[in-house]
Amino acid sequence: MNTQSNAMHESPLDSQPIAPAALSETRPMYWSTMYWSIRRELSENRSIYVAPLAVAVVALFGFSLSSIAGIWEQQLSLNPAHPQAPYEMSAGLMMLTGIVVSVFYCLDALHGERRDRSILFWKSLPVSDATTVLAKASIPLIILPLLTVAITIAMQWLMLLLSSAVVLVSGLSIATLWTKLSFLRMSWLLLYHVLTAHALWPAPVYCWLLLVSGWPRRATFLWAALPLLAIAGVEQIAFHTWHFATLVGSRLIGAAPAVSTSPDMFPTDPMTHIAPADFLSTPGLWIGLALAAAFLAAAVRLRRYQGPI
Amino acid sequence: MTVIEAHGLRKSFGPTIALDGVDLHIEEGRILGLIGPNGAGKTTALNAILGLTPYQGELRVLGRDPWTERDRLMRDVSFIADVAVLPRWARVSHLLDYVAGVHPRFDRAKAEGFLAKTTIHRASRVRELSKGMVTQLHLALVMAIDAKLLVLDEPTLGLDILFRKQFYDSLLNDYFDRNRTIIVATHQVEEIEHILTDVMFIDRGRVVFNRSMEDLESRYLEVMVRPEQAAAARALKPMDERQAIGGSILLFDLKLDGTDRRQLDGQNLDRQRLAALGDVRTPSIADLFVAVLTNKQAGPTQGAAR
Repeated sequence: MNTQSNAMHESPLDSQPIAPAALSETRPMYWSTMYWSIRRELSENRSIYVAPLAVAVVALFGFSLSSIAGIWEQQLSLNPAHPQAPYEMSAGLMMLTGIVVSVFYCLDALHGERRDRSILFWKSLPVSDATTVLAKASIPLIILPLLTVAITIAMQWLMLLLSSAVVLVSGLSIATLWTKLSFLRMSWLLLYHVLTAHALWPAPVYCWLLLVSGWPRRATFLWAALPLLAIAGVEQIAFHTWHFATLVGSRLIGAAPAVSTSPDMFPTDPMTHIAPADFLSTPGLWIGLALAAAFLAAAVRLRRYQGPI
Repeated sequence: MTVIEAHGLRKSFGPTIALDGVDLHIEEGRILGLIGPNGAGKTTALNAILGLTPYQGELRVLGRDPWTERDRLMRDVSFIADVAVLPRWARVSHLLDYVAGVHPRFDRAKAEGFLAKTTIHRASRVRELSKGMVTQLHLALVMAIDAKLLVLDEPTLGLDILFRKQFYDSLLNDYFDRNRTIIVATHQVEEIEHILTDVMFIDRGRVVFNRSMEDLESRYLEVMVRPEQAAAARALKPMDERQAIGGSILLFDLKLDGTDRRQLDGQNLDRQRLAALGDVRTPSIADLFVAVLTNKQAGPTQGAAR
């Protein structure tokens, strides 16, 4: 009531044009805020894109060395039975990098801004805790997977060009190489695999790490790991099993069941092997996502209470 | 328009009571100085106003509940919490981009204009700037926001006197107008005394003194009394007495419980009467602060009378 009457007392000339403008600006403003919050994360944590790029460069360097060596030693240049092997390996390396970067990022996500007191600056701006936490969660769940895929594909193209050059220099036809490697399909599979096995499936683990990063004054890693180790330890003592440890571990490394029916870890096999319907109907996926949402909600609430440490 | 309205604001950290029933009523267009000893509850009060800490009691800032609506409130409120809160990894240009991206009332051209008057480079990172430059940068960002309330908590801590003076000068000349309200919490009272319209003392979580500057100037007098007249002056019940070269300085409250004053000896205590005892002048806020706080701590009866 008070607010309304106060608003009435303000000069009507001022308040009238503001009201509709404020309403219409709400939606684009939200996305602008979200966009800039994510930009903030990327400039604060440059390892998000520097680390995958660095690994890709190293992998390319290694590949070019072995390819050049392959000019003289035929058997090295191409394994005709399994030409995609180096591509799979390098993709696997990129995914591993993604996991490592995500874990380190999440453990610092809500801790860094408290440690350097900049949380007082961030909180002085009209950005809600929910937007901030969602922007931070989007890094391991959306930004890093997409970035990993993009860098991996670019890297694989360069690898393909390199191989082609080597094959040409060796005087062989590149047709075999290009027909054996269905590149577009490989890229789609990679995108599918990364988004399912490395974003949706480990989401509860990343969100747990993010939540924990907002809690302790120091040693976020210990706080994140100890409860998990304790549960695993109790389970081992009580039931002599390792279900919980296996569960968390498989989530983290992206060993999702039913992503594909292929026995290979990296489904670069034909499209027929992938099984999105099976994956989406896994109860484990939905339980995990529900847990992830709960952890994020808790992190939003926690950030409201937190100040500098 | 009322900017801040609080009733019975309470906050405790375990056994420590930081705010013990604070009532506030702050109108638009004021510059309030919030003064108190270390640990008096200044920062806690400001944090409650800014939605940074939960509290008990009733609090409305610009008609909003700061704890549940912080992000909305921050469209109309700016604050500088401390000198060192700008992210050290950020470049000046990053910060301008970011604030322009998230704040609907940020005028980037204005901020660039303020920065042009300093030696801060757009490409510098915050960690490469000196303490004074970081404060200039933060002030430039904040002054470019068209906010209704600006809260400053020890904004000039650790800065040299030139920077401090410049800080408050630009605040007064380039920012303040009758539609804005500024709250400053600081220990360096003497430097902000001339810009304040209101002053509030906080001690042990309570507001112990709350006056406008006009009120303060018409009500409190300080008299430099020579030793031979000290006894006569003391009979008029000064609030406080301190020694100076060539005599003592006595502080009087002219209006303090008007009736009590007259009962003293049937005569009104006024400027003329005090002038007969020595040189009369308006006390500084710092002296008044010391007087109010030492009296309050001296005994509960005196405190209650006040």
